[in-house]
Amino acid sequence: MDDLHKLTITELSEKLAAGGCTSVGIVKDVLAVIDANDGKVGAYLTVDRDSALEQARAADVARAAGVTSPLLGIPIAIKDLLNVKGQPCTCSSKILEGYIAPYDATVIAKLREVGAVLLGRVNMDEFAMGSSTENSALGKTHNPWNLGHVPGGSSGGSAACVVADEAIASLGSDTGGSIRQPAAFCGCVGVKPTYGRVSRYGLTAFASSLDQIGPLTKTVKDSAILLETLCGHDKLDSSSIEMDVPTFSENLTSDTSLVGMKLGLPKEYFVKGMDSEVEKAVRDAVEHCKSLGAEIIDVSLPHSKYAIAVYYIIATAEASANLARFDGIRYGLRIDGKDPLELYKKTRAAGFGSEVKRRIILGTYVLSSGYYDAYYKRAQKVRTLIRNDFTEVFKQCDAILAPVTPTPAYKLGEKTNDPLEMYLDDILTTPTNLAGNCALSLPCGFSSGGLPIGLQIIGDSFDEQTILKVGHAYEQTTKWHKQKPEL
Amino acid sequence: MLGEKEGMDINYVAHLARIDLTEEETTLFQGQLEQVLHYVEQLDEIDVSGVEPTAHAFPVYNILRKDEMGQSLGHSAVIANAPAASDGEIRVPKIIDQ
Repeated sequence: MDDLHKLTITELSEKLAAGGCTSVGIVKDVLAVIDANDGKVGAYLTVDRDSALEQARAADVARAAGVTSPLLGIPIAIKDLLNVKGQPCTCSSKILEGYIAPYDATVIAKLREVGAVLLGRVNMDEFAMGSSTENSALGKTHNPWNLGHVPGGSSGGSAACVVADEAIASLGSDTGGSIRQPAAFCGCVGVKPTYGRVSRYGLTAFASSLDQIGPLTKTVKDSAILLETLCGHDKLDSSSIEMDVPTFSENLTSDTSLVGMKLGLPKEYFVKGMDSEVEKAVRDAVEHCKSLGAEIIDVSLPHSKYAIAVYYIIATAEASANLARFDGIRYGLRIDGKDPLELYKKTRAAGFGSEVKRRIILGTYVLSSGYYDAYYKRAQKVRTLIRNDFTEVFKQCDAILAPVTPTPAYKLGEKTNDPLEMYLDDILTTPTNLAGNCALSLPCGFSSGGLPIGLQIIGDSFDEQTILKVGHAYEQTTKWHKQKPEL
Repeated sequence: MLGEKEGMDINYVAHLARIDLTEEETTLFQGQLEQVLHYVEQLDEIDVSGVEPTAHAFPVYNILRKDEMGQSLGHSAVIANAPAASDGEIRVPKIIDQ
């Protein structure tokens, strides 16, 4: 096995251009790592071995014919809630048993257009509902740094496969932190783009006013490269915004100065009960940014503490509507009944796991007659206040620095019996989804137990470039992202 | 408006959501969801009078397209995923009694 699997998109793309390797070579190398390690990590649901090699051969042929693109021939893993034509799309649920995607999601079509190699689909919490990937009905994923710990979620497979070098990069989705939190737990970079930046056509919807697709990568620059391809208006998704997409990666230079940059530190994000090692690592990262020339100012996001309550009303309400389509009629699992009603109830009882049922019931309740105003409408109003907080803060600073999670990755099974306790861990990531702006997570240290710690850089709406710039400057002048787990 | 929150009738809500629950699930979810509902009650302490609700972070209205034929999935591609089909149609249990 060569060491090609250890390289980044940026490095491989240069090597490919210089004739130093082939896409087939990269894919073979990554497949060998999957064979060696995925029995332990459990990131993949399906590896499309033959198809990946075929795509790699096509990429090599295209390159020989003069085609260039930074993603040409680069193997990428896909969270299994994106439709990839001709492949299953399970959402890690039994209810999608037997479903074969009849079309490509827009982000998949875009990856194909630039010649990226779709390697296979990775594990997640069922329908993206969860923070540890333990809600998957199809298998357990382990944190590559400590196999007894969770990889985070819901994009746990997407983070674990990148960190274990079982893919060069991956796609995930973030509804309340589902890209940033696993990126922090596993030690890679993850970006939640601004709401409306990336088309969700072909993404299995969880909460439509919050969901965004984004990259998980080994470096900030790699995320910038993927974002350039993923972002942009799509007529198939009316919520995608018509706005120019900057060439994010070209704007990331070797200049690591942050002089002239104002970074805000929100006091509400250093919450009670936060792990002291996480707090120290993040505060050290803040000092580091200061040493690069950034001015650090204190800011306040006073409604942050209500984000979890607002999130779990709005997200479950939207989920209860979105998941009504899984009824056993048109696709997926069907348990027969004497009439359609019995068929629906039996199918959904057998097909959905506990967390999905719990959230559908909660969402149905908060939308039901007599409770709509008290729960749903009130939550939407508090959402406005959370959004206003960010608007005010971005008048004072260019970006916000914060932790991603209150603790490093916890043990498998540690929080599965108490849903509320697990929900509370999303306190630092959900506000951004509610407000719609962008954020990224990148490695900024390790706990004494050897688990990664993430730094969150939160940006204003449609200002991905600034958070990428800050992240890139931090990464270029630290070594956390170079550390690899022993598997 | 807010004094109306009583316990959740979980069997009724599960019926609305079209999910059969086992007795064990009913008891478990009842307890867990009451805990969650109790937690979200903290929103009652905020004065939201005069605040507009946010449904989408960046609201866009009336996205229209020309009323023209476009590409769509073929009939067989759609039927291929149906758990039960015959003669190119999806089979379902009887809906209307004669």
